[in-house]
Amino acid sequence: MATIKVTRPKLSLLEKLYFPSIVKGMFVTFKHAVRSLRGKSIGGDSLNTSGLGVTMQYPEQKWDDHLPEYYRGVPTLVTDEQDRERCVSCQLCEFICPPKAIAIIPGEIDSDDPWAKVEKRPKEFDIDMTRCIYCGMCEEVCPEQAIFLRKDYAMTGLTRADMVNDKKRLYEIGGVRTGLVNKWNDIK
Amino acid sequence: MSDPTTTQLPKDLAAENGMVNVQIDGHWIQVPRGTRMIEACKIAEKEIPHYCYHSKLSSPGNCRMCLVQMGMPPRPAPGAEPEYNDDGYQEIGWMPRPVISCANTVAENMGIRTSGELVEKCREGVMEFLLINHPLDCPICDQAGECSLQEFSVGYGKGQSRFKEDKIKKPKNVKIGPRIRLDDERCIMCSRCIRFMDEVADEPVLGFSERGTHTTVGIFPGKELDNNYGLNTVDLCPVGALTSNDFRFQMRTWFLKETDSIDTHCGTGANITIWTRGNKIFRITPRQNDEVNSCWMPDSHRLNYICPTDEDRLTACLIKADGVHEETCWESALEAASEALKQFDASEIAIIASGSQTNEELFMMLTLATELGSEHLSIVARDQASDNMLISSDGNANSTGAKLIFQNSAPSSQLANILEGVRNGSIKAVIAASENLLEAAGFSNEDLEALELLISINSQANATAQASDIVFPGAAPAEKRGSMVNITGRLQRLNAACIPPGDARSDWEIIRDLILSISGEVAQEAPQSIDALSKILASSIPEFEGKHLTAISDLGDIVAETGHSIPLLKREAERKANGEIVG
Repeated sequence: MATIKVTRPKLSLLEKLYFPSIVKGMFVTFKHAVRSLRGKSIGGDSLNTSGLGVTMQYPEQKWDDHLPEYYRGVPTLVTDEQDRERCVSCQLCEFICPPKAIAIIPGEIDSDDPWAKVEKRPKEFDIDMTRCIYCGMCEEVCPEQAIFLRKDYAMTGLTRADMVNDKKRLYEIGGVRTGLVNKWNDIK
Repeated sequence: MSDPTTTQLPKDLAAENGMVNVQIDGHWIQVPRGTRMIEACKIAEKEIPHYCYHSKLSSPGNCRMCLVQMGMPPRPAPGAEPEYNDDGYQEIGWMPRPVISCANTVAENMGIRTSGELVEKCREGVMEFLLINHPLDCPICDQAGECSLQEFSVGYGKGQSRFKEDKIKKPKNVKIGPRIRLDDERCIMCSRCIRFMDEVADEPVLGFSERGTHTTVGIFPGKELDNNYGLNTVDLCPVGALTSNDFRFQMRTWFLKETDSIDTHCGTGANITIWTRGNKIFRITPRQNDEVNSCWMPDSHRLNYICPTDEDRLTACLIKADGVHEETCWESALEAASEALKQFDASEIAIIASGSQTNEELFMMLTLATELGSEHLSIVARDQASDNMLISSDGNANSTGAKLIFQNSAPSSQLANILEGVRNGSIKAVIAASENLLEAAGFSNEDLEALELLISINSQANATAQASDIVFPGAAPAEKRGSMVNITGRLQRLNAACIPPGDARSDWEIIRDLILSISGEVAQEAPQSIDALSKILASSIPEFEGKHLTAISDLGDIVAETGHSIPLLKREAERKANGEIVG
């Protein structure tokens, strides 16, 4: 391999002194400092800043509006426009879940329920958020379009038990999702 | 094959042994004359998908899934001799249309193709028709994961449906009996359940009604499927049309671990598979053993299992102080038991073993009796009415084993003496293992109260445990490894599917530690594992020579002649001899 000899650039006297460059840099910093004090930082609006500089004051300010459609947050259960809980506890998510975060106890739907013909729903559905790795496999495997990763990402709790989302909470976060395939309608 | 007069043709060689030559997918094999084509293909290790065919039932040939292409040598022209090729076979003339392989038998020089365009197109067509009215509700169907319709759809189906019309509606979620639910939309009309109830259970209550795509399987008016063998129809059903109420929506099959074991509810010792997840039993299904239970088992036995998660399980040693049981550790419980036993003369102690204990446990019971010098050792007889099917007249799973180990043709004969001894005060201490004395043993509450010392091993909190001074928590049959001998003298193996809950242990371990505690010997000299114990047993009892646990074959080995037979197997043999079933 050929050796390339690199010669150092010849610096002028001013350059050798460094001082002019420092002043130049200070000037840029000062310009931004004044702007931020006046509340006119560049790009501040789009970053949803507090108005003082470009720093986002989390959690008072959040970037949630900027999250992309494909963002993978907390896995949740959803109901549909007919107010039916979509999960039929087939347990495929429990099977596919890489960190084994999901635990389901299946149950039967009572015969007097309006959706009795679906026959099956989860009696208990727990997702342990200390285990969940937000991979989205549960959403991908679900044959009933019942589990979706929502844009919530800040799961906090004071105990391990707090970090387990039970069925009630999963439906709370998940909410209603419309426009899904309704295969339990009368005509399939 | 130049000169047929000097060398024999393959057909003659085969005929000498009652065999015929069949070409399966290009390879010639010999199979016994009269073999069904589907069985011949099984011998050649070629899988043929099928729904309605079952070797223990008649073959109506109505699912059409087992279609194969068949060929025979063309009939020679009048006066012409058949021509043989170099290998001694005739050319096969392939038929243009398929045949079902389940109801046709093989013939000399027959050819079978289990693949190829014709067969594959036929299977695709059959699958498409079967799925036309299928609800495709696999996410809620209990059969998912072990469903032939799913498997063959993936393996041989078209992958898509061209059916645009509305599916036909049929009854769903019908309770056809106390233990079984029927979903007619899932049914593929294989008629296995109908044939089972008619031919094996001998209580025909199921049948088809309507015609064409409206055909519906149903229960006869005014009848219900409450036969004690009814749940076998659930096992037989290749799809999820028949499901068991007990297992319904409990767990998906792919989570379950299968453990081969045997049933301990009667002397037949039906071969079973225990399905568990974690330490919980979810269901029990029969396992095929043509010498014991064929492919079936009674509902009363399969639903009646003891699970480690049951609420009435004993999980710690108990010592009674002032009439109240207190939990304690193994060491103090064993010490208390041996100290208490030393207060009595050998003739004052009786040992009641159980006919449902394994050979290894019974051997330890015998060793305990020898150690204590007690002559009062007995099992509890459990005579019951046989159902003339699979339930034996002996309610104990291992009476034959007790006979062999105690070297006594009537191992329960001492029980009456013990009971009399308890009543007249000559027996003051009783050690009872895995028996509720208030049931079959004939003890009354007063008898138990009259005892000065009652030590018992129990897996469940029963009345005997309640009355005992010292209780050791024992393991249930599904938590034990060991061997048993059934009424026909077949030595079979139990395998542990679960671990005992809490402090509970297998009986053999408890008795071993009790013996050590009494004798004060060093623990290292006693058997340390069930395998070590089974080797000692195999060398001590002549019938078990060389039959330690790992040496017992999966379907058991005959170790004794008892003269007993299993009624259901007799009838099955008759039907096989009549050619009704393949067997």
